Amino acid sequence: MAKTIEELRAIREKMRGQIDLRQKGEDNLRVVVGMATCGIAAGARPVLHAFTEEVRRRGLNNVTVGQAGCIGLCQFEPIVEVYAPDAEKVTYVNMDAEKAARVVAEHLVNNRVVAEYTVGAVEGLK
Amino acid sequence: MIRMNFVRNHVLVCAGTGCVAAKSKEIMDEFQLQLEKQGLTDEVKVILTGCFGLCALGPIVVVYPEGAFYSELKVEDIATIVEEHILKGRVVKGLLYHETVQEGSDTISGLNETSFYKKQVRVSLRNCGVIDPENIDEYIAYDGYEALAKCLTEMTPEAVIDEILKSGLRGRGGGGFPTGLKWQFAAREKSDIKYICCNADEGDPGAFMDRSVLEGDPHNIIESMAIAGYAIGASQGYIYVRAEYPIAVERMNIAIAQAKEYGFLGQNIFGTGFNFDLEVRLGAGAFVCGEETALMMSIEGNRGEPNPRPPFPAVKGLFGKPTVLNNVETFTNITWILLHGAEAFAAMGTEKSKGTKVFALGGNITNTGLVEVPMGITLREIVDEIGGGVPNGKAFKAAQTGGPSGGCIPCELLDIPIDYDSLISIGSMMGSGGLIVMDEDSCMVDIAKFFLDFTVEESCGKCTPCRIGTKRMLDILEKISEGHGTMEDICALEELSAHIKENSLCGLGQTAPNPVASTLAHFRDEYEAHVLEKRCPAGVCKNLLQYFIIPEKCVGCTLCKRVCPTDAIVGEVKQVHEIIQEKCIKCDACREACKKFNAIVKR
Repeated sequence: MAKTIEELRAIREKMRGQIDLRQKGEDNLRVVVGMATCGIAAGARPVLHAFTEEVRRRGLNNVTVGQAGCIGLCQFEPIVEVYAPDAEKVTYVNMDAEKAARVVAEHLVNNRVVAEYTVGAVEGLK
Repeated sequence: MIRMNFVRNHVLVCAGTGCVAAKSKEIMDEFQLQLEKQGLTDEVKVILTGCFGLCALGPIVVVYPEGAFYSELKVEDIATIVEEHILKGRVVKGLLYHETVQEGSDTISGLNETSFYKKQVRVSLRNCGVIDPENIDEYIAYDGYEALAKCLTEMTPEAVIDEILKSGLRGRGGGGFPTGLKWQFAAREKSDIKYICCNADEGDPGAFMDRSVLEGDPHNIIESMAIAGYAIGASQGYIYVRAEYPIAVERMNIAIAQAKEYGFLGQNIFGTGFNFDLEVRLGAGAFVCGEETALMMSIEGNRGEPNPRPPFPAVKGLFGKPTVLNNVETFTNITWILLHGAEAFAAMGTEKSKGTKVFALGGNITNTGLVEVPMGITLREIVDEIGGGVPNGKAFKAAQTGGPSGGCIPCELLDIPIDYDSLISIGSMMGSGGLIVMDEDSCMVDIAKFFLDFTVEESCGKCTPCRIGTKRMLDILEKISEGHGTMEDICALEELSAHIKENSLCGLGQTAPNPVASTLAHFRDEYEAHVLEKRCPAGVCKNLLQYFIIPEKCVGCTLCKRVCPTDAIVGEVKQVHEIIQEKCIKCDACREACKKFNAIVKR
């Protein structure tokens, strides 16, 4: 089917969402999910899925979702770290898919750290 | 487990010719296999892409979003990458291109920070190694076909030509004629039928930039040719590509089919009433068919021989109609100029040569590959910084640009800024962009002989100066390299050079003497050493060499005697050996065998 200019631009918009992965912006947020054996056993994969799905659904072009190995706090897995330019790294612990969705909505979109999920809020950890 | 439709990693596998030869197809299959094994196929997209340029380190794979640049991969490495990097998120440092790894740090530096890429500016190659060339949607994602849409709906043909004129773009195929002017001449001709041709008959030994563009970004050529068609009033185009480029031909045909499906080729494009169609024509590998008039003869179905100009193709070209013929690399700049503006393009480069130029870097150089640099960069920057210098501790001797039409540039001229005019002023030329680096072991007489041998083979024979003149020059060069040359021969070479240059019919003959003339100008002492001292300083010309055994170093191990294919070495165990010169064929086997004692020398 012959395309109109509008259709050309629609394809471009749709495809841009897919290729953003290959372009690193300056203001990128990076979400890293701990995916070592301990993390996977504790349920890191659904967390990773929830993050990527939520980021995609909201069309957050400035967020990349990646993985890391064992962070070293295996009892608190799944652990997720959020890196933002010019800000301290934020570490979320004992994550699940629902918490992931909330972190995307509050932290990634509105820049409000979800304090109650962070490692600092966990009792007994100094 | 719930499967969701998302992709979190892109794996880009280089499918340029170099990497395909280095088994990148097998690597791609192995990725699919390993991803299936780990249950990751839904999350990871594996994409074949065009040339990254660093062909020396192929096969190359880049994994996003990390941008991890893996080089020199083997099929058995893939399982490690999938398990460690893609499943567990740990980049496999040991397999990365070493320049992107920083000691003692976990972050990998971007490709653009490596010395190979740092000074490069990618205009022509902007999509190579970035998109999947067999997927039109990926090309569209990077603003593909937007320039065509803009031209057809917002610009008059005159405005398009004006923009190209203002950009200062000059033909990248060799001659450097202003592209805008060429278009203007053809646009002014009154004719109901006009043609656009793309010259993809890349024939220079060692040049592969056009091939890489066709393989890595074929839609760019289609879009630019359609724009050219709109500008001059043509509705038919031909891409003349050599049959020796099977991957390029295949991808070009896929791209044309996709563009037709989307209506970017065919009737009434974007509903504007503009029609343009495109066909691929295969060349049979004759070098002369890269010359524009011979190329058009070949498309017409005739024997590929050049015709005198004028009339120029813009007036009377293909099938006798006004025709614009541009080189592949020239076309790749058209879309960029229309998207970013003539000013942005003219801001790059030198006063008379704007934009960038792609070079195929080869020969005695560490980073063999494809580089794109702004005009005006020095050869030294390309060779030493981007190319990583001459390997194996050898000294740089000369750089050869322009293939058989170009010349050799000696060390002392390495600091001149590269553009069309400066290269011609030192007896070479831009050509299509082959750049061959030679180290101290290269003999300049031998190099000149190599290129002359090529032109003699490829001369179509239509005009006498080229057909007979180049043959006579080759005869003289052979005589010199065999040790029978006289000083009169050198004079004859110079005289023939001037004659052939002035009197040949087409560019092939007119530039054929350049390799001889430039080596004579810059390395005359080497010619004289061959003639007067019967000596080849680089130790290449076999007839001028002799192998000797240094008696003090020889321990009589008999190794050399055993490897000699002509029984030219005599001597008993534990006694000094000797080479019988009459029998020696200078195969170098004995010297290789004696590496431990270094008792055999050539001089």
